[in-house]
Amino acid sequence: MLSGSDTLSVTGDRRARLTRDAIGVLVILALGIAGYFLFPNNLALLTRITAIALLVLSLDLVTGYCGVATLGHAALFGAGAYGAAIAAAHFGIADPIAMLAVGIIAGSIAGLVSGVVVLRAHGLPQLVLSIAIIHLAHEAANKASGWTGGSDGLAGIMPDAVFGLWQFDLWGRTAYVFGIVLLIVVFVLLRQIVRSPFGMLCRGIRQDPVRIRAMGGSVHGTLVRMYIISGAVAGAGGALNAISTQVVGLDSLSFTLSAEAMVMLVLGGTGSLYGALIGTLAFLWFEDVVSAANPFHWLTIVGALLIAVVLFAPKGLYGSLASYFEHRGRKNP
Amino acid sequence: MTAIFDVRNLKKTFGGLVVTNDVSLSMAPGDRVALIGPNGAGKTTFVNLVTGNILPNAGSVMLCGEDVTRLGPTQRVRRGLVRSFQVTRLFPEMTPEEHVALAILQREGRSGRMFASHRAMPDVMQEGHALLSRLGIAHLARHRVSEIAYGQQRLLELALALALKPKVLLLDEPAAGVPQSDTARIEQAIADLPSDLAVLMIEHDMDLVFRFAKRVVVLAAGEIIFDGSPDAVTKDARVRQAYLGSYADARSVA
Ligand SMILES: Nc1ncnc2c1ncn2[C@@H]1O[C@H](COP(=O)(O)OP(=O)(O)OP(=O)(O)O)[C@@H](O)[C@H]1O
Ligand SMILES: [Mg+2]
Repeated sequence: MLSGSDTLSVTGDRRARLTRDAIGVLVILALGIAGYFLFPNNLALLTRITAIALLVLSLDLVTGYCGVATLGHAALFGAGAYGAAIAAAHFGIADPIAMLAVGIIAGSIAGLVSGVVVLRAHGLPQLVLSIAIIHLAHEAANKASGWTGGSDGLAGIMPDAVFGLWQFDLWGRTAYVFGIVLLIVVFVLLRQIVRSPFGMLCRGIRQDPVRIRAMGGSVHGTLVRMYIISGAVAGAGGALNAISTQVVGLDSLSFTLSAEAMVMLVLGGTGSLYGALIGTLAFLWFEDVVSAANPFHWLTIVGALLIAVVLFAPKGLYGSLASYFEHRGRKNP
Repeated sequence: MTAIFDVRNLKKTFGGLVVTNDVSLSMAPGDRVALIGPNGAGKTTFVNLVTGNILPNAGSVMLCGEDVTRLGPTQRVRRGLVRSFQVTRLFPEMTPEEHVALAILQREGRSGRMFASHRAMPDVMQEGHALLSRLGIAHLARHRVSEIAYGQQRLLELALALALKPKVLLLDEPAAGVPQSDTARIEQAIADLPSDLAVLMIEHDMDLVFRFAKRVVVLAAGEIIFDGSPDAVTKDARVRQAYLGSYADARSVA
């Protein structure tokens, strides 16, 4: 039996978790507001960071939480981007919420398909399958130029005002706010999912699938479900990209983007939503600053930074900080 | 009584090595069977075959009258066939509380829930807490498994098997690696199991075997060489031969 104090601690737990989530939301919100006022001329970049953050969060779900190795995750992002763009350009669906919904559905379907394929193998063969997927998807989008615009990209996306109230403007303010709100909603949903029984099951699968089976848990079914959720998140990111830039190119469905998403995730720290967010922000911001300051050697500098992080902070920026504070907290409680 | 668990003519070879040679064994509800045998006799392999962790070359496994030979490990667990591992298999980054909660939720088919938290489920928390208390590890409920002692991880390993409320329970050396002071808890937990459960325990400690078992099965070099009462086992010539042989071998190797 639980004693009275234990029952209390159950509600105490919940309060502590809600507080932590509220802090997370407030931090994103504060950064969002700061970005709006500090970099009013760079809102397009900040919106792109938000869209990529959704991709990296999505990658974290399958790689960080479930331990699936993939270098083809942009397929899910690209499916969302092309889904939203095709809906707008070919079917006249210009409502941004509807475009977002189409992107989410397209991403989920792409997640289902690539999940089913990628999960057939483990380890290196799995990685190879994921690379094959992104190349096939890229090639398919390139060939189907009637639908996708091929290598020219798909333009002519003119989203309506959000809820009929906020027009997308030249400075990208509406798109930026739209993106930040979307990110916050996704973040809150994912926080819930990763600590739910389903989230525990996923973490268990990463740590020991044999033990999960010995508990009667279904490894494959659970991973496929997570892949679909991951696809929905990446699809939302792709749709945001399509809505904010009003053009979708093959780069959103590329191996390069897949690999960069993996780099951002490792940079921030796998297996934590904060790690995914921090990694994206750090990488894209650093890339922007360095490429402006030193257009000739910026790739070298980014490479050196990555090597430094992997060598000296192998758990990533967030993971290393978190375990540092955890140790300190234990030494002086 | 009718068999709830019935293994027929199981056979497994690794390369040329016959590790399980025509093994048949059946249990009825309420059975308490000890499976003993020298190191390398094939006891763990037998459990792996029965639970579907590895595939046999021949033979069949029946559970509650149903042929489960072609089913995967997950399906067998869901039908009530649960095992514990000789070498602990746990999630290093998760807590004992999360482990037992996951096992309970899995048993009840609630492990797929996405918009819930086990900590907000009083029934799951209470049952899990009671189970951890029974094994004396409730005070570690919120420590990461990688931070707790191996002996206590062994207790958690047993807790997971119990949390699944099996019909047939296979325990692979549950007391190995547990400090002497805690083996009583393991024994008590096993003694407290529902009386209609069929339990097979692999164990090297003969005192434990004699206190637990009403029937002893001896496996040597992949074959069952004895299946009978605990009294008879120590007097059996082949059993003595098998143990003496293995010790003699061990000595000659050393
Ligand atoms: N996957 C495998 N591949 C090859 N040989 C194996 C494999 N698993 C087990 N063996 C061999 O099968 C034999 C039986 O091993 P098993 O682990 O079943 O013995 P055991 O009776 O459980 O021994 P112990 O008392 O030491 O736990 C051993 O000779 C072992 O080396
Ligand atoms: Mg063994």
